[in-house]
Amino acid sequence: MVDSGWSEAEAKALIDARRHEKGAMLPILHDLMHRFGYIDEAAIPLIASALNVSKAETVGVISFYHDFRRTPAEGPVLKICRAESCQAAGCEDLVDHLERRHGLVADSHHGRVQVETVYCLGHCAASPAAMLDGEPMARLTRESLDACLAEIAR
Amino acid sequence: MTRIFIPCDSTALALGADKVARAFEAAAKRAGAAIEIVRTGSRGAYWLEPLVEIERDGARLGYGPLTPADAEAVLASGAHPKALGDVEAIDWFKQQQRLIFARCGIIDPLSLDDYVAHGGGRGLKHAIEIGGAATVKIVLDSGLRGRGGAGFPTGIKWRTVAGIEADQKYVVCNADEGDSGTFADRMLMEGDPFVLLEGMTIAGIATGATQGYVYIRSEYPHAFATFQAAIGTARKAGWLGPDVLGSGKAFELEARLGAGAYICGEETSLLESLEGKRGLVRAKPPLPAISGLFGKPSVINNVLSFASTPWILEHGAAAYAAYGVGRSLGSQPFQLAGNIKRGGLVELAFGPTIRRLVEDFGGGARSGRPLRAVQVGGPLGAYFPDHLLDTVLGYEEMAAVKGMLGHGGIVVFDDTVDLAAQARFAMKFCAVESCGKCTPCRIGSTRGVETVDKIVAGERREANVALLRDLCETMLDGSLCALGGLTPYPVLSALDHFPEDFSRRPARQAAE
Repeated sequence: MVDSGWSEAEAKALIDARRHEKGAMLPILHDLMHRFGYIDEAAIPLIASALNVSKAETVGVISFYHDFRRTPAEGPVLKICRAESCQAAGCEDLVDHLERRHGLVADSHHGRVQVETVYCLGHCAASPAAMLDGEPMARLTRESLDACLAEIAR
Repeated sequence: MTRIFIPCDSTALALGADKVARAFEAAAKRAGAAIEIVRTGSRGAYWLEPLVEIERDGARLGYGPLTPADAEAVLASGAHPKALGDVEAIDWFKQQQRLIFARCGIIDPLSLDDYVAHGGGRGLKHAIEIGGAATVKIVLDSGLRGRGGAGFPTGIKWRTVAGIEADQKYVVCNADEGDSGTFADRMLMEGDPFVLLEGMTIAGIATGATQGYVYIRSEYPHAFATFQAAIGTARKAGWLGPDVLGSGKAFELEARLGAGAYICGEETSLLESLEGKRGLVRAKPPLPAISGLFGKPSVINNVLSFASTPWILEHGAAAYAAYGVGRSLGSQPFQLAGNIKRGGLVELAFGPTIRRLVEDFGGGARSGRPLRAVQVGGPLGAYFPDHLLDTVLGYEEMAAVKGMLGHGGIVVFDDTVDLAAQARFAMKFCAVESCGKCTPCRIGSTRGVETVDKIVAGERREANVALLRDLCETMLDGSLCALGGLTPYPVLSALDHFPEDFSRRPARQAAE
């Protein structure tokens, strides 16, 4: 994930590379996310014009999907699973612990680590699970979360 | 040269498999031992991960669950407290009937040679020999039903698409495995991607479709990367392209990434998403088989449905239909999850009881506390109390107790669970993930959360329970798709089987 420096020229190049693919919208949005870490406001007219759809439709697609951010993440992103399997294994205790011990409030969109709720990462046989900037973690405990956050702080 | 097999499956990575692999490298260097580390998928025994196998005297001996600190001792001698011996001889494996997952965890997932050496490709070759019509007939006769949850006969979908003349047809794989408690699709794409690729190619040959798409959820970056690499390898080897294995038939494949919307696991929403739109559910008819992706006839199946077909083509419809129970034929990968001691993937012919899976295979709750509820079939599946655990796992058998098998996920809860909270979560999840197109799902789910809150708070309890049941009926009957239509399952099962959880606080009738 690269989150620095919006560049219209680079965005255009990414869009142009895919504009002729069938159903190119999601692949383009993923490419922009991958390069910039978010979808800049200025990308919207570029995408709309390349795919011959309205700006409203483009915004509609972006806002429909949880993955597409409109602003850059402030720090590392910790996606913590709060679906049934992880509930059964105590994920809500971990969410409380993050808030009480570390002051990290899930889905508040600020803090030195952004904690986001997700529903299922597919590690359900080793719940509770999370993903830190794409790195999978499972069988989480308060202690392993503490260690992981200490690692980030270093 | 000692070969050491270490999984690169993402759950194994989450449990430290990479660190263990590095520890083995370092230990071998210190000992001056010549080793070759082969990264495999997972065998699915996640309770033993990281599970490492070492080839000694031609046999693979397992060790697990390992930490980096174990590497040195395991490498030095076969005797180790974590030694498991021949992994396949462990009861947990010995009792399984692995048709789809026969190779997973054994081979290098990206080695086509390994795949072929372990029997891969025979189904596709047979399909090419006998042609499309005969292939469709075998899939139809096998009794294979959709493994995504709905259980619709796969062969009928294929026959419908095969019977339509069109300038372009598509094969679409639903790999948007969003149900909590399920991970079979992920494990297969990471551990044996070629079997899915082969199954989709068989579908292409059978129906005359020349382009396939696999829609993989973005929560599965490892599966996506592995599957994309597999496509590249297959293309180079002539398994994909204008002339599949010299058959004269064309088939191409592309992997597409979802973007964090649960609803896109619904097939028509998935099609909208592939087309680049908001994942709004479509009204049916038209069926996707007639007017699907980009308005063209499309076969849409789950990962496990496609991945079942190579075995069926190789061994025949009758051999497949010999597995199973009632109208649920073949094998089902069950996934043991939640608060469970021995979690993982158990592939069996349809027909075991829930109890056999959660107790015999799963070993009960990991917390050591008594088991209280088991949710089968993902977030839209029912919660079962102990007295229903002897229910047989088959499509009709589950429907008879107002549940469903879904994608085969089984989530275990111990006695600390609050079923009123689970019912509330089911409604909340529906509210968060609803596409918003139909009213019962969009509005009903939010009203459902509020009504559960009132019941739990003791506010006009009886009237609000009646209201909640009424709301569930409206959602069941009036929703456009399975999200709104099945969210009542967990809610009603919680009300029916665990009513005491809804009345823990005193009633506040007087305050009204």
